[in-house]
Amino acid sequence: MAGVIARRRRRQRVLRWVVLAVLGAFFVLPLVAMVEFTTRGDQDTWRLLVDWPLLSQTYPALADGIVASLGQAGLTALLMLVLLVPTAIWVRLRLPGLRRLVEFICLLPLTIPAIVLVVGLAPVYAWVNYLLGGSALTLTFAYTVLVLPFAYRAIDAGLSAIDVPTLAEAARSLGAGWGTVIWRVVLPNIRSAVLSAAFLTVALVLGEFTIASLLNRTNLQVAINFLGKSSATMSVAVSLATLLLVFVLLLLLSLLGARRRGAGS
Amino acid sequence: MAEKVITPDLVALRPGVRGHRGRGVARTRSLLGVVPFFAYVTIFLIIPTLVVVIGAFASDQGGFTLANLAALREAYILQAFGRSILLSAVTAVIGAVFGALLAYALVTAKPGGLLRRAVTAASGVLAQFGGVTLAFAFIATIGLSGFVTVFLRDDLGIDPYAGGVWLFELPGLILVYTYFQIPLMVIVFLPALDGIRPQWREAAESLGGTTWTYWIRVAGPLLLPSFLGSTLLLFANAFSAYATAAALVSQGNPIIPLQIRGALTSEVLLGQQNLGKAMALGMVVVVAVVMTLYALLQRRTARWLA
Amino acid sequence: MPTLTRAAAALLAAATFTALTACSPPEDKGDDAGSGAATAASAADLGGLDALVAAAKKEGQLNVIALPPDWANYGEIIKTFGDKYGIKVNSAQPDASSQDEINAADQLKGQDSAPDVFDLGGAVATANVAKFAPYKVTTWGDIPDNLKDAAGTWVNDYGGYMSIGYDSAKVPEPAGVADLLKAEYKGKVALNGDPTQAGAAFSGVVMASLGSGGSADDIAPGVEFFKKLKAAGNFLPVDPTPATIESGQTPVVIDWDYLNVAQAAKTPTWKTVVPANAVVGSYYVQAISKDAPHPAAARLWQEFLFSDEGQNLWLKGGARPVRAEAMDKAGTIDKTAFGALPAAEGTPVFQTQEQTDKAKQYLAANWAKAVG
Repeated sequence: MAGVIARRRRRQRVLRWVVLAVLGAFFVLPLVAMVEFTTRGDQDTWRLLVDWPLLSQTYPALADGIVASLGQAGLTALLMLVLLVPTAIWVRLRLPGLRRLVEFICLLPLTIPAIVLVVGLAPVYAWVNYLLGGSALTLTFAYTVLVLPFAYRAIDAGLSAIDVPTLAEAARSLGAGWGTVIWRVVLPNIRSAVLSAAFLTVALVLGEFTIASLLNRTNLQVAINFLGKSSATMSVAVSLATLLLVFVLLLLLSLLGARRRGAGS
Repeated sequence: MAEKVITPDLVALRPGVRGHRGRGVARTRSLLGVVPFFAYVTIFLIIPTLVVVIGAFASDQGGFTLANLAALREAYILQAFGRSILLSAVTAVIGAVFGALLAYALVTAKPGGLLRRAVTAASGVLAQFGGVTLAFAFIATIGLSGFVTVFLRDDLGIDPYAGGVWLFELPGLILVYTYFQIPLMVIVFLPALDGIRPQWREAAESLGGTTWTYWIRVAGPLLLPSFLGSTLLLFANAFSAYATAAALVSQGNPIIPLQIRGALTSEVLLGQQNLGKAMALGMVVVVAVVMTLYALLQRRTARWLA
Repeated sequence: MPTLTRAAAALLAAATFTALTACSPPEDKGDDAGSGAATAASAADLGGLDALVAAAKKEGQLNVIALPPDWANYGEIIKTFGDKYGIKVNSAQPDASSQDEINAADQLKGQDSAPDVFDLGGAVATANVAKFAPYKVTTWGDIPDNLKDAAGTWVNDYGGYMSIGYDSAKVPEPAGVADLLKAEYKGKVALNGDPTQAGAAFSGVVMASLGSGGSADDIAPGVEFFKKLKAAGNFLPVDPTPATIESGQTPVVIDWDYLNVAQAAKTPTWKTVVPANAVVGSYYVQAISKDAPHPAAARLWQEFLFSDEGQNLWLKGGARPVRAEAMDKAGTIDKTAFGALPAAEGTPVFQTQEQTDKAKQYLAANWAKAVG
């Protein structure tokens, strides 16, 4: 039996390295190509990219897009947390019957493609424009809907890991109000889940194009697309930079998750 | 699932007050807590969906009409639906096969080891790496003056575009979509592969089975619902994708999301807003069907591989 | 209980839905209705051009949309206007199409950032006349009657002829449209946009039709031409942009002559030719938004564009200004720029509304089949 297992292990190792080599080459190639494309000839694309004042002067549309996206990412993460965390906790504690409904609603954005959503958002945004103006930051409302599935799953997983009813009951019996229960008792215990939801939100908002482009507002991806028409190398450089940034973000996220697992087990 | 949560609120009420009316008051107060969430979702998710669904049946004057749905039978719209479905199906199958292989390769590695964590993290990033940035990455790779194109042309004498520039048409879309479909498959399918217990393999072998019989008789049937479900998820993902195609394809609207954009922004063919909504309704129907099948298959999977 | 909750939720959704879609947001009347500029139909209504300039300077800003700086010299026009009157010009969405401009005006109605003026293709303009404020510039009489709306809601401003731009270092000069089917142009011919989306590309197909034996009434030969172009492998399904032209990805571009001429600045070997006897002309239209947040500045912008200075700036960008004839007679035209325009042999064809509509129907049904 040991010989059979050893032979199987060997074959699995060979398969593993063949698959990783072939697919790894396929995935790394575009990244290498992007680096090569942006460092061709005698351009100083990268030096321009890290020089913010010069960048906003040479490519004002790009600078606007970057600032808009950062604002949208921050506001969406905030709105998502303010909306989802209290709701998730409240549903767990007081309205367990509604849990399936809330889950279904949070998964709905996966079934409704963004391109369909944006067609229907036009009349809603007419009101948003009237009440809050036409700035790119008002896209936060649409983005919060887009991140619902991922954020809810993360927060729900975090809440499942701790015993919310007991914690809440204990706090209430000691005289805490609901605000204190959420802010000072439950939230610190789901910190890593909340952080992972926030990271996922930022990654998603930085990569969003459909809604911003069809509601005629600016955003990082819209700016990159527009830049592609006048300067191919700069747009590829910004794409690569965004990808690296998101990679670092999600790497931090997975390290956070690993640490949580390590600490919990 | 219906745990009765005894909140301190109810306990604090006077015995005489507790009863039907007391529970009703407490329940209304509880419902108030979720009103912000439901109001928000109603305004920004349910309403837009209703606008699309109802707008598909609305004429320009505001009355009910089936003309928009009838217009969907135009050849160019049906072809766009067909191409969308073809693109989604092909990339779903390619993504599923290679993604499953890659996931299997990860599962056979040391659990918790560096390889598995690094590749899983990379998959998480690459699955999200769609849209404009991916289109530009591929243009930099095999576009008309891309890294690989120049290498093939100058060093190997092969012109990849001798038969026409396929990168900005359906074949190009297929190539670019697989770039995020394969990592998505890894993320979605890996938990199912993790659910396969090594004891089953040993049991099969101790009963005289070969690798072949193990896969055909034991692991295959167990993994099939999850594999099919993941493929469906990949299909829905490709079908809904817009940004990558919008950035890559500049001539023509080969797939349905681009046709919807055309209906909304064309300055040549005007007055197509409601036709766009009809096309959007068509998209919703297709994705809803696929996601329902996916949910059913997920439930089958959970029975054995949870 | 759960059913009641669900019923309540459904009722809430339905009510909100009806409220949102049935009523649009109330219009913000704004606080400059008193200045009278919003209803002025000519400079005289406000007390003369100087009064208009004063009112515009007081507003201090102008919102324009969909004006790329390298499109018919808009960059210089915007800068000259801003410097001359001290008005800050906010240029939004340079990449937008005419329909996007109308969509933006609808979406931002009542906002300070709503567009003040529009630069539209003829079709979008005639379809949205209700959104424009009638205004007749001081040089109104110089403009031919068939190129303006009698009430003054829209007026043609600048235009050109459809042309073939090519890099003379890479390809030979095409004598006509049919030459593009030759082997020297393999994988090199690009059309500026999708004809079912963009007006410029639509006119490109009309030019191809004229050059392949069709007429203003019949766009079918044009679609057939592109089908043959694709079959020969000459058609490049890439949107030509200044970046692609400079990098050499799109050596042959079918586009307006003023846009092709502008490319010669960055690519010295870029030449433009208007094919003989296949001359398709079209003007772009200027209009003022009825709900313009800066009505006086909008009207001053119109006056500027149709003044001698403005019209000569169009010429500098290679476009043909609408008052060219009148200015030529009066001697105010920029003779060097006028003479430098690409020569056009043959009678220019300007499609009527019916011809355009018929062509669009055909295109919608057949373009995807031919080229897709």
